[in-house]
Amino acid sequence: MAGLEIPTWDPETALLIGTILLEAIVLYVAYGGLERLFGPYLMKLLVGGEASAQ
Amino acid sequence: MRSSLLDGLGILEMSPEMLALFVGFGLVVGVLFGFFGMGGSFLVTPALLMLDYPAPVAVGSGMAFVFGTAVIATLKHHDLGQVDYKLGVIMITGTTIGIEAGRASVYYLESLGLAGGVISVSYVALLGGVGAMVTRDALNGDGGGGTDHEAADQDLSEYEIPEVAKTIQQTVRIPPMVTLRGDVRVSAWVITAVAFATGLLSGFLGVGGGFIRMPAMIYAIGVPVPVAVGTDLFEIVFSGGLGSYLYGQGGGVNLGIVAPLLFGSALGARIGSAATAVVDADGIKIYFGGMLLIGAVAVGVGEVGSYLGNSTLELVGLVLVIGAAVVVAFAILYTTIVSLRKTRRQATTAVD
Repeated sequence: MAGLEIPTWDPETALLIGTILLEAIVLYVAYGGLERLFGPYLMKLLVGGEASAQ
Repeated sequence: MRSSLLDGLGILEMSPEMLALFVGFGLVVGVLFGFFGMGGSFLVTPALLMLDYPAPVAVGSGMAFVFGTAVIATLKHHDLGQVDYKLGVIMITGTTIGIEAGRASVYYLESLGLAGGVISVSYVALLGGVGAMVTRDALNGDGGGGTDHEAADQDLSEYEIPEVAKTIQQTVRIPPMVTLRGDVRVSAWVITAVAFATGLLSGFLGVGGGFIRMPAMIYAIGVPVPVAVGTDLFEIVFSGGLGSYLYGQGGGVNLGIVAPLLFGSALGARIGSAATAVVDADGIKIYFGGMLLIGAVAVGVGEVGSYLGNSTLELVGLVLVIGAAVVVAFAILYTTIVSLRKTRRQATTAVD
């Protein structure tokens, strides 16, 4: 946790944290797409059909 | 500039075995984070320390990883309408001031030569106390304490407010009053006080504080459980982002560690979130409470080890925490598949 420490501007660190933020958003969207594409197939494989519990 | 950044931060130096290890560990942490809405910060940093990374890199990279995972989890909760941004902003303000007060207390105790002992005892007591509370509630099967995912399916306004929160809402009516998601009306001062108190503990113990803040939001403010989870994650995005930036300035964030961990945790968080719709929460809460209790024992063992200068005891402490996390993550996956198969069988029998 960061407390009240005031950060100074550092473009390289900003790029680093921005990269992590971007990776998180890309992964969220990409895994969401994969879930829609392969989710039903995976459920069939694991439980023998689409789960009615979902 | 990009290749020099990646090269300088170690992302191109990682061996395939280490990459696989980090993706796998990220998956485990992601499952726990997705299912419980907490539990990331106290696992990653000790694991990195165990792998011989310097302390600033272990703490900084752990924080950056929690930041990334919180972004993913907040997006998910935002889609479900479970983030109260007004509550989040007030909580961030109060928590930040509380953290600073907590830090000042640590420096004061340090000057008295008492900091290490008092922090360790408080940490063990708090972790053990929350663990015992979650386990007891789960064993009683009343659905209280921790995160109750069956409640996530309810309409937020239908959510039952705990008695303690009702009493606070009726007693403390100092303006300005704030209306939160789920038609909860509470004084802004109550929120600020809760935020300050949890921030104080967080700054004092040096932890993210999700396992303190979430029960506090549920029991003291009266926020519905799903909103408490979503808003807590929103707060972690800010505190984790700022903390990562500060550590990153000192070279403490290693993208070679964070990127593969996030790759695994993003998938794990999806699996964990999906599992909440299937698994009986009480059953898994016993595991979670057990994991916190083991965590308390592990911290105690580790502290005794460092006090005696015995590195084996310190290692035993770390292995206990990480082993418990892996076991709980597999228990969630196993119980999910068993529950799905059972539901499927029942549905098939009903059709027949």
